[in-house]
Amino acid sequence: MEEVKIIEIKKSVFGENLRDAEELRSELKEKGIFLLNLMSSPGSGKTTTLIKTLSLLKDRLRIAVMEADIDSDVDARKIREATGIESIQLHTGGMCHLDAEMTRQGLENLPLEGVDLVILENVGNLVCPAEFDTGSCTNAMILSVPEGHDKPLKYPLMFSVCDTVIINKTDVLEYFDFDMEKCREYVHMRNPRAHIIPVSAKTGEGIPELADWIYKLVTNWKNDSSYA
Amino acid sequence: MHELGIVFYIIRDVKKAAEENGVKHVSAVVMNIGEVSTVIPEYLDDCWRWAADKEEILKGAQLKVNRLEAVSYCEDCGQEYETVRYGKTCPHCGSGRTYLLRGNEVEIKEIEVS
Ligand SMILES: Nc1nc2c(ncn2[C@@H]2O[C@H](COP(=O)(O)OP(=O)(O)OP(=O)(O)O)[C@@H](O)[C@H]2O)c(=O)[nH]1
Ligand SMILES: [Mg+2]
Ligand SMILES: [Zn+2]
Repeated sequence: MEEVKIIEIKKSVFGENLRDAEELRSELKEKGIFLLNLMSSPGSGKTTTLIKTLSLLKDRLRIAVMEADIDSDVDARKIREATGIESIQLHTGGMCHLDAEMTRQGLENLPLEGVDLVILENVGNLVCPAEFDTGSCTNAMILSVPEGHDKPLKYPLMFSVCDTVIINKTDVLEYFDFDMEKCREYVHMRNPRAHIIPVSAKTGEGIPELADWIYKLVTNWKNDSSYA
Repeated sequence: MHELGIVFYIIRDVKKAAEENGVKHVSAVVMNIGEVSTVIPEYLDDCWRWAADKEEILKGAQLKVNRLEAVSYCEDCGQEYETVRYGKTCPHCGSGRTYLLRGNEVEIKEIEVS
């Protein structure tokens, strides 16, 4: 029988991406561009919430948007038409998430001159995007009321990597047995520091608070020299 | 699917390691996968078969998985316990101030060459 030779590797599959992400984050810090990575299940309202929120922010900040869709440019076009904000489509090549390298390539295709805030709408999925650091300066996710308040129990990693949890579609609360207090409790079990903001992208309720919160994240980051 | 993405990362890292070691063909890749990582070994294997056979250097290569037990640590009583069995609550003292020590690894342990 042929002898088997073993070569030890002992290397995390995520290691290389982590290094890429750290590098991207420090480059962004140097350029003063705040990158917000927005994640959620498909259809929880990422695009609708962005349109409403960015309309309130666009006079205060220079903004650009990257939309990761597996195969269409519907969302990028929607954002552009509704808000006039520069928005491009990222091609994920069928992948279930974006990694730091794909994010960097996307940024290279945006005119970033003078931009303060770049929003990345990640692929709709609660598992994979949580596992891959995109190099973003902050992570946010949207949980919509019809999905149920126990999602933080089922998708722990997603909730533990997000600094902001937006609870969308509060206009339909009365039709679902969604327990807001339980939801807060479960989110904080995963991440005690997570900031929770209930909104309805449909009625606009909570959207000004969300806009102010994002504005605060951007300005705090810009003023904090240790935050890299 | 999540596992396919992971497989592409494994293939990239294995090809690189093979190149660095002057290896022409890899017969097996050994992974350490923690019980509470988000990777499901059975799915990983299906994706592996499909993707690995497209690579000359990995044709027919086997994917072997070591499942690693998940262990949590309790900040209040300082003891360790099995995460999968008891979750976030320490079985020794009932505290919820616990964190995962190990068990979410997705790691290439070694490659076999023959
Ligand atoms: N009732 C209600 N419907 C909403 C709200 N926000 C979004 N929707 C609806 O939910 C559906 C999905 O919204 P999108 O904004 O496209 O969601 P998305 O997360 O961007 O979806 P993908 O990009 O496909 O993952 C649309 O039909 C929206 O009109 C809300 O606050 N209330
Ligand atoms: Mg969308
Ligand atoms: Zn204890």
